Amino acid sequence: MSISPVKAYFRSLTAIVWKDLAAELRSRELISAMLVFALLVILIFNFSLDLNPRTRQEVTAGVLWVTFAFAGTLGLNRSLAIEKDRGCLDGLLLAPVDRSSIYFGKAVGNLIFMFLVEAIVLPIYSVLYNVNLFNPGLILVIVLGSIGYVAVGTLLASMAVQTRTRDVLLPILLFPLVVPVLLSAVKASTGFLEGLPMTEIWGSLNLLVVYDLIFIALAFMFFDYIVEE
Amino acid sequence: MTTKPLALKILDVTSIVLLLVASYLVFFYAPMEMVMGNVQRVFYFHVASGWVGFLSFFIATVVGVIFLRTSDLKWDTIGLAAVELGLVFSFINIVTGSIWARPIWNTWWTWDPRLVTATIMELIYAAYLMLRQGIENPVRRARFGAVYAILGFVSVPISYFSIRIWRTIHPVVIGTGDPDALGSFNMTAPMRVTFFFALFTFTVIFIDLFWNRVRLGRFTERIEQLKMKVMA
Repeated sequence: MSISPVKAYFRSLTAIVWKDLAAELRSRELISAMLVFALLVILIFNFSLDLNPRTRQEVTAGVLWVTFAFAGTLGLNRSLAIEKDRGCLDGLLLAPVDRSSIYFGKAVGNLIFMFLVEAIVLPIYSVLYNVNLFNPGLILVIVLGSIGYVAVGTLLASMAVQTRTRDVLLPILLFPLVVPVLLSAVKASTGFLEGLPMTEIWGSLNLLVVYDLIFIALAFMFFDYIVEE
Repeated sequence: MTTKPLALKILDVTSIVLLLVASYLVFFYAPMEMVMGNVQRVFYFHVASGWVGFLSFFIATVVGVIFLRTSDLKWDTIGLAAVELGLVFSFINIVTGSIWARPIWNTWWTWDPRLVTATIMELIYAAYLMLRQGIENPVRRARFGAVYAILGFVSVPISYFSIRIWRTIHPVVIGTGDPDALGSFNMTAPMRVTFFFALFTFTVIFIDLFWNRVRLGRFTERIEQLKMKVMA
C-alpha cells in the first residue's frame, strides 16, 4: 500500500495543521490571546494618536499593520513554544516525514490563526472608526503580507524557542527582517484605501510577492538546519 | 599558535602607517570643497568605512553558507568576527554621515532610504549577536548564527527597495546620482587620490583587525576546551 510522495507530503502537512487546529479548538488559548491583544493595541493607538476622522484616514493602514505584527509575534511564539515545552517537537522530528512538511504545517497553522484574527479585527475596526475596510485590494494585500510575515516568523520562532531568552528574542529577530513586508503592505493598503490608481500600487504589491517567494524558499532550505540535533 | 605571526605584526604596523598617511591626505593634501567647506573631508572615511562594513557583512554571509555546508566550527569563528567588525564599521559610517549631514542637510538624521537601510542593517546584526548570546550549545549557536546572517543579508536589499519608494536626498558621488540630492559634488584629481587611498587604507585595516579577531576567537575556543578538560 504505497502512496505517491507528493500525496504523502501533503498528508503529513495537513496532519500537523489539523493537530494545531484541533488543539486550538479545545483550548482557545492562542486565538483569544491574540485577539484581545490586537484590540488592546488598537485601543492604545486610539488614545496615543488621537484618532480623529481626519488623521484616521492616513494612519489606518499603519495602525492595522502594527496591530497584526504585534499580535502575530504573540501567536508565533506560543505556537512553537508548545512544541518545545514537552518535547513535542522531538516527537514530530522522529516521524518519518520530510522535515520541510513540518515547517509548512506549522506555517499554514500560524497563517490560519493570523487570518482569523485579521478577519475579526477588520470589521471591528470598521465599526469603531467608521471606515469601510471591505476592499478586495486591501484583502489581497493582507493575505500577501501575512504570508511573508508568517513564512519568516515561523522559521525565526523555531529558532527563538530553542534559546535561553526565547520570548524576548522573537520580535528582535523578526522585526528587522520583516521591514520590507510591513513597509510595502502599509504603502499598498493606504493606496487601496485612498483609491489611488493601480500604477502607484503595483510597485509595493510586486515587492510583497517577491519577498514572499524568496523567504518561503529560504525557509524551505534552512528549516532542516534549525531543528537538526 | 601562541606567538603572533610575523606577517600579522607587519600588517599591524602597516595599518597604523597607512591610517596616518590617509589622515594626512584627508586633512592637508585634498583641497577644500568649494561649497561645503571643511566638513566635506569626512566623506573620505565615511565612504571607506561604509564599504568595509558592507564587505564584512558579505563575508559573514558567504562564511555562513560555507559553515552550513561543511559544519566546521572554524567558519563560525570567522563569521562572528566578520559580523562584529561590520557592526563597528557601519556604526562609524553612520556617525560620520551624521556629522556631515548636520551642516549640509541641516539635520543630524533624516529618514532617507540609505540611512534607514543602514540602521536596519545594524539592527539585524545586533539581533544576530543577541541570538548567539542566548544559545549555549556551540554547534547550534553556529548553525542559527549562519542561518540568521544569510536571512539578514538577503533582506537588506529588499528593505532598500521598499524604502526607496520615497525620494532620496543622499548624494551619489560615484556614478550618476539623483538630481534632487543635496550636497553632491564633483571630485578633483587630488580628491580622487585621497578617496581611493582612504578606501585602500580601510580595507587593509579591516584585514588586519579581521585577522586579529579570528585569532582571538581561536584562543577563546581553546580556553573553552581547556576549561572543559579541567572540569572533567
